[in-house]
Amino acid sequence: MAATAGQPTPQAVPENPLTAGLERLPVAPTTLVIFGATGDLARRKLLPALYNLAHEGALPERFHLVGVSRKEKEHDDYRAECEQAIRRFSRRKPDDSVLSSLLDNVKYVPGTFDDEAVYGELHTVLDEFEKEAGEPLNRAFYLSTAPSFFPVIVERLGSSQLAHHESGGEVRLIIEKPFGTTLEEARELNRRVLAIFDEAQIFRIDHYLGKETVQNMMAFRFANGMFEPLWNRNYIESVQITAAEDIGIGSRADYYDSSGALRDLIQNHMLQLLCHVAMEPPVNFTAEEVRNEKVKVLQAIPPPGVAEIGQMAVRAQYSAGHAGGEDVLGYLQEDGVPEGSITETYAALRLEVDNWRWAGVPFYLRTGKRLARKITEIAVTLKPVPHLAFSQEGSLGVQPNQLVLTLQPNEGVSLRLGAKIPGTRMSIRPVNMEFLYGTAFLSQSPEAYERLITDAMRGDATLFTRNDEVEAQWRICDPIVGSWSQTPGPLAQYEAGSQGPEEADGLLREGDTWRAI
Amino acid sequence: MPGRSDAVWSGEGTTPDAIEAALRELLVEVHAENDNFVPARVLNMIAFVDREWSGEIANRLRGVGRYHASRTLVLAYEPRRERLDARVMIASDGAPGPGELALLHETVVVELGKRHLDDLLTIADPLVVTDLPTLLWSPHGHHEIVTELLALAQAVLVDSVEEPIAREALDRAWELTTQAYVVDLAWLRSTPWRERVAAMFDPVWLRRELRTITSMTVRHHPTSTVAAMLLAGWLASRLDWRASPLIASGEALVGDAHASRQHVALRLEAAPELQVPGLESLTLETASGMSLRLSRGAGGLRAHRRDERGAEREWTIPGASRGEQGVLGEGIRQALLRDPTYVPALEAARAMLP
Repeated sequence: MAATAGQPTPQAVPENPLTAGLERLPVAPTTLVIFGATGDLARRKLLPALYNLAHEGALPERFHLVGVSRKEKEHDDYRAECEQAIRRFSRRKPDDSVLSSLLDNVKYVPGTFDDEAVYGELHTVLDEFEKEAGEPLNRAFYLSTAPSFFPVIVERLGSSQLAHHESGGEVRLIIEKPFGTTLEEARELNRRVLAIFDEAQIFRIDHYLGKETVQNMMAFRFANGMFEPLWNRNYIESVQITAAEDIGIGSRADYYDSSGALRDLIQNHMLQLLCHVAMEPPVNFTAEEVRNEKVKVLQAIPPPGVAEIGQMAVRAQYSAGHAGGEDVLGYLQEDGVPEGSITETYAALRLEVDNWRWAGVPFYLRTGKRLARKITEIAVTLKPVPHLAFSQEGSLGVQPNQLVLTLQPNEGVSLRLGAKIPGTRMSIRPVNMEFLYGTAFLSQSPEAYERLITDAMRGDATLFTRNDEVEAQWRICDPIVGSWSQTPGPLAQYEAGSQGPEEADGLLREGDTWRAI
Repeated sequence: MPGRSDAVWSGEGTTPDAIEAALRELLVEVHAENDNFVPARVLNMIAFVDREWSGEIANRLRGVGRYHASRTLVLAYEPRRERLDARVMIASDGAPGPGELALLHETVVVELGKRHLDDLLTIADPLVVTDLPTLLWSPHGHHEIVTELLALAQAVLVDSVEEPIAREALDRAWELTTQAYVVDLAWLRSTPWRERVAAMFDPVWLRRELRTITSMTVRHHPTSTVAAMLLAGWLASRLDWRASPLIASGEALVGDAHASRQHVALRLEAAPELQVPGLESLTLETASGMSLRLSRGAGGLRAHRRDERGAEREWTIPGASRGEQGVLGEGIRQALLRDPTYVPALEAARAMLP
């Protein structure tokens, strides 16, 4: 673009010719500050992810970590806790010298999140790192705390002049889910965060988006010409998205009972999966373009009216049953679950995407704990052929084609086809054509948090949720959350280890069935 | 139901057809025992090795872990052998967990003699999986055999530091680049160095310094001159330096490269104190007086920077050594990728040959 007369021509930033051909692009020198540094997420996920990035040489060339938490302790005590967490939860056995190099750059700031003095101390530590480095370092603040602390931390960062870097480094804010527990809360949180930080500085984590297979869905849809002509209401009968777990709530009763299946998985992860299935091809794969397309999908899903909720949403709780060959308790008998709780451990929805491509195609979403097995998959069922010439005796049920994208445990794509049973008669049975990622690539997928932390430090927001996406997700789920909280129990029950509640069948359009879990 | 699969077949005085049939039968057998075992279908690897060293090569391949080719065909050569003998092994990385899959890798070892070399393609061709890319490796030389087997391969694995004479190593690699994609382990060993140099000059305020580099010194194990030349060639090719032949000066090779605005003094220096093959350090100086040095250290590369005002800083950039087995595994993985910077680096390195 030609420079406008009278305006100074901005000096072009020279390219870095050394990055050509490298698989790993440079990440700018960064100090990562974890609020909630002694919590479960930090210990189990964040610290091991940082170690693995260090092991692979994928951290910035200058990297510092600051832990902030309420408990009083010395830097060395925190380093020892980090080491313990990494040794326990890392996906690979740590190399002592690498671990030691990483821990050398760790510091700890104790205090409560509303205490101004904590942020003063944090400022001092960050300045010391930069003085030592002789250059401004980018700063990334990771909110790994209970959501109730998000606003106060953000506001203190703002009032302590930490939301912007006076010496020119980038400042980024990484926020863990849940981003609000209702639409109103999400809006209020967005308002308070955006009063301090620009949207471009904010990285809202949905760790599902860091999974390799979720990213592969875009490659699958937009790098293969054979699917796009079929990917619409003319050929697709229904879409079914399942995130089933075989385990119960474990020791997370406190969190889970205040959340439930809808908030825990559907409002964020599963709606994101739906967006990946239903979105239009973005103009390019920049963060803004990808997220623009996802928002359009969410905006095309009408939020249910109060009267419709009973027909499009089902909730239930697991009762005692069997899992993994053992007797297991029902939800209401689990430790820490309040008596008479009406928190759902299973939720299923039928949604419609009212746009040109998808009008009339039901999108079924279901998730639950203590189901028959652990699986996350997206099943796209095509319409049946208009005329079947092979309905001979001996056919084992000619079924419509079904494309199944499995996210876990066996990542891959499977296409169900009808094939002739060998013999003299024209008998048909379904067979699967399977592609398994594990059989076709030598590389191991990185953990989602490794990818997401790196992307946030690089300032690439493609795999993070934008403010309008979060609100659009809540706009769909909020009426259901509200209605369910007003409706007294007891909830429908399903036996632990089963396929889920029979009531879920009531969501299905005539002729549709739930896939076996 | 078996946990871990380890199916084996062997035949003496056999034929490629019989070996291929045995492979098929073993796969059917393993799958029938437990359908959670599935064959990996990523990459064929053909290794042409001297039979007396085939055990060592097998050990090296065992260490590559998850980067194991899905089918490895080892052609174990013993000149006086008259008979074609073969072993087929199908093994999984581990037992499949409930509802999970376990990948199977196939290894075929064919022992052959000089009399089989004329028909080598007809022995190897039926034993690689059709439509998969094939990587060729001949760690014990045999250049003429490599040339013949390249008809089956899209990529060839070499280790330029294993050729004792630098010129021959670089010329050989260059010749191969005209016929296949070359994966050079000597190049892959420098990946962490290249990544770090790229990262250190990535901040916008430092990118301009790249065009003002006035000297480069690479210290290397005495047997790793080629690795140093490839690293120097990489910088020369990325920064558009025109390099001239280096000349020997004691234990070093020294010379000049011409950048657009300045001369760059080059020095490749043997570091006899280095215990392991590879690079010891890289030092770059710029016209502003800034200098940057990366050197081997415990737990990662040790960085040292002196700014234009003379202030010095030193720190460690964490990163684990991959070890030789890790480098070989990376070489196998790279057969599926394409690095466009190797050939220009190789070309620049050849221009520096004394």
